[in-house]
Amino acid sequence: MNARQGFVGQSVERREDTRFLTGRGQYTDDITLPGQTHGVFLRSPHAHARIKSINTTAAAKAPGVVAIFNGEPFKGVGGLPCGWLINSLDGTPMKEPKHPVLADGKVRYVGDRVALVVAETLAQAQAARDLIEVEYEVLTPVIDTAKATEIASNVHDEAPGNLCYHWGIGDKDGTAAAFANAAHVTTLHFRNNRLIPNAMEPRCANASYNSAADEYTLYVSNQNPHVERLLMCAFVLGIPEHKMRVIAPDVGGGFGSKIYLYGEETALVWASKQIRRPIKWVAERSEAFLSDAHGRDHVTTAQLALDKDGHFLGLKADTTANMGAYLSTFASCIPTILHATLLAGQYKTPKIWCEVKAVFTNTAPVDAYRGAGRPEATYLLERIVETAATEMGIDPAEIRRRNFITEFPYATPVGLTYDIGDYNATMTRAIELADVAGFAARKAASAAKGLKRGIGYAAYIEACGIAPSSVAGALGARAGLFEAGEVRVHPTGKVTVFTGSHSHGQGHETTFAQVVADKLGIPMEDVSIEHGDTGKILFGMGTYGSRSLAVGGTAIVKALDKIIAKGKKIAAHLMEASDSDIVFEDGLFKVAGTDKNVPFASVSLTAYVPHNFPHDKLEPGLNENAFYDPSNFTYPAGTYICEVEIDPATGKTTVERFTAVDDFGNVVNPMIVEGQVHGGLAQGIGQALLEHGVYDTESGQLLSGSYMDYAMPRADDVPSFHVETAKGTPCTHNPLGVKGCGEAGAIGSPPAVINAICNALGVKDVPMPATPHTVWKAANGKL
Amino acid sequence: MSTSLTLTVNGQSVTRDVPPQTLLVEFIREHLRLTGTHVGCDTAQCGACTVHVDGRATKSCNVLAHQVAGSSVTTIEGLEAADGTLHPMQAAFKACHGLQCGYCTPGMVMSAVDLATHHGCHSEAQVREALEGNICRCTGYHNIVKAVIKGAADMKATA
Repeated sequence: MNARQGFVGQSVERREDTRFLTGRGQYTDDITLPGQTHGVFLRSPHAHARIKSINTTAAAKAPGVVAIFNGEPFKGVGGLPCGWLINSLDGTPMKEPKHPVLADGKVRYVGDRVALVVAETLAQAQAARDLIEVEYEVLTPVIDTAKATEIASNVHDEAPGNLCYHWGIGDKDGTAAAFANAAHVTTLHFRNNRLIPNAMEPRCANASYNSAADEYTLYVSNQNPHVERLLMCAFVLGIPEHKMRVIAPDVGGGFGSKIYLYGEETALVWASKQIRRPIKWVAERSEAFLSDAHGRDHVTTAQLALDKDGHFLGLKADTTANMGAYLSTFASCIPTILHATLLAGQYKTPKIWCEVKAVFTNTAPVDAYRGAGRPEATYLLERIVETAATEMGIDPAEIRRRNFITEFPYATPVGLTYDIGDYNATMTRAIELADVAGFAARKAASAAKGLKRGIGYAAYIEACGIAPSSVAGALGARAGLFEAGEVRVHPTGKVTVFTGSHSHGQGHETTFAQVVADKLGIPMEDVSIEHGDTGKILFGMGTYGSRSLAVGGTAIVKALDKIIAKGKKIAAHLMEASDSDIVFEDGLFKVAGTDKNVPFASVSLTAYVPHNFPHDKLEPGLNENAFYDPSNFTYPAGTYICEVEIDPATGKTTVERFTAVDDFGNVVNPMIVEGQVHGGLAQGIGQALLEHGVYDTESGQLLSGSYMDYAMPRADDVPSFHVETAKGTPCTHNPLGVKGCGEAGAIGSPPAVINAICNALGVKDVPMPATPHTVWKAANGKL
Repeated sequence: MSTSLTLTVNGQSVTRDVPPQTLLVEFIREHLRLTGTHVGCDTAQCGACTVHVDGRATKSCNVLAHQVAGSSVTTIEGLEAADGTLHPMQAAFKACHGLQCGYCTPGMVMSAVDLATHHGCHSEAQVREALEGNICRCTGYHNIVKAVIKGAADMKATA
């Protein structure tokens, strides 16, 4: 079924917009509590150093200072935990050195937290911070991902050679045999450039402690408040979970960077009890650059073996992934579970072998950033497929078609089972929409102006809706990955829905309400969606990995099913009919085959005013919870086609046309879905052309630490996009038939852009980001 | 330390004692508690803090409050009509899905209104160039550009 009736399938305008457009959003920094104090962090100026002494005497006497804390009191509590255990090929567990809340004797990256200064005002806290004297013994930093295991300096004593793990997946010998029989082997070496997420709202938190109740409240800009609470309480501070409330109010973007438990809010919570006053901290942008978990940073060699007709025989990938200085919350699973398992892509490559070395370096922790492993896999695969096509003289669309998986379900050689897809359909439509037929004429027109035009493809797949908990657990996950929902029907038939998913731009308050209103046959105005507060929501695993509608939405649907089932029994009682004769349609409980009916609001009123009520069979009230644990990942897929024009004199690349055709299964709100793709495309084009997190390899200083140095995509860096959501193949294993759309744009676009540049210049490779200087060098044989 | 500052904010005269180093954005957010104006960076690059000073878009993180003494400042809170009707530019952002997380949105809308008022929105390329000083991480700008063009047309139609 392709659900297109009612609100589902309609581009309903967003209900959250009015508050954002009128300045009435409530972000964490907008909340000021009685007795508010302000916290700032003293951060390490060195990439790698031993702390010899910290002198806070002068700072403590500065005006307005309330307290100063260093790492000493945190020696007795836990480190920030990593949520995914990866075992090396030799069976040993990954190295998991303690990730302290505040530095414990050593600093390991520029920006590492050394001390927390709390004062009456922000300016006083900043002034006092400048008075703290720290004596450091500077050590040799480990910066370069590719060389991390060769440098005679250890980020952690527990991880000699800076190796966290050396993991592999697939059939090593079988893949080697496939290569032995190949007619052609294509090899690429590349780096998936380090990115800095840059949600526009910097990370921030406001922690308070209520001594009368012995309870904590934490406002925090976060994507999954229950996970934040669980990790902080159970693994770090030992606070009883029921004594802690975490509220993630309006959150100004996340893109992965606000999934994690960070030391800042952990220190704030602990310190709020010490001083018995609320403490607010808001990262400056420069602090966000230094201390938000970064993304990507893989160094990879990939090889594709093909027969003489361009059929893929085997794929080998060898990746070194930078973990940064400490293991962030989900760092370990990104280059493994979310990367290597995607290397089949849309293709029936029979043999795959992927090895991943994860290394510690003296850089900010690296974790999931929009796409998380899947952009790296897609870049690897779609670059090497397109390169192989060029080398073998086969049309890039044709070589893909020859290898597309066409029968489902399909078990890949790297652990996933795709339930459904139609890769030919999205490719065919993308080729039409991109007017590939007209490319030659456009290329000639560019050439007449002295410009080089190129076209590039990417046919991506991603695994969303993470994940079946038992599968994830078997792969090392230390958490369940279900979602929870609650539907509270009020006596008047109005409905409040509580979801464990968190919206920070995705528009859940609209999309989820569309689903609920349709299901109950009531106006959207009668439905409100609540999220982001552990004090209100029963539980939640939060929003990441394009999982909210597929997993969180399904939990709501399951709760709605229970509401309807109970409503039928109440209605049967009211109409003196048998339960089994009641059907629910268009907001009415009806006796099948008759004109007898009871509206939804009458049933809800009866549930709360149960005078005429089947007390022998039912409890009063109409409120249901559901937890949904998915049985599989969902597999959105599509084809992206990028057309670039390059000025060979300057190396400036302009994205002239970008076409994205995605199969997201059923679509609840096309406007919102297309908006998600637009945003992902800009981030992916940003990765391909502009963005690069760069550390000085000698000093370990972050060189791209501000918007003056880190090239964020701006309005005139990207074109308007041609985005189309295909009619699609609905997901087979969730009731909404949805797959997830949040990351596709960022996953599919980087290889399409680089393939287009290589096509324009007639070169094998151009590294990301393809800045004008890099492209100019490539165009002039100077790379 | 603090000295008296008088200016007009969203049509109302306000007077406060304010330390001389106070940024306009701090004054708006912390002294007046108008929290719709946001801070997204510390280098006057992102534009989230954009307000109007005497009708012109100004990055309020880059101006001291005392520098605008006597001026008329409009923040995002002052854009809608008294009866709650959205300004045409606000309405266009909603209609075109020109916002997602909402954090850059107030600054984006204030810049767009200035652009429409003083320059007009004649082409997509012009709008894109004019929005260079406002960074959005969510929308890829596609729908913002559509919204600004529509909002400008609607402003003209209702003027």
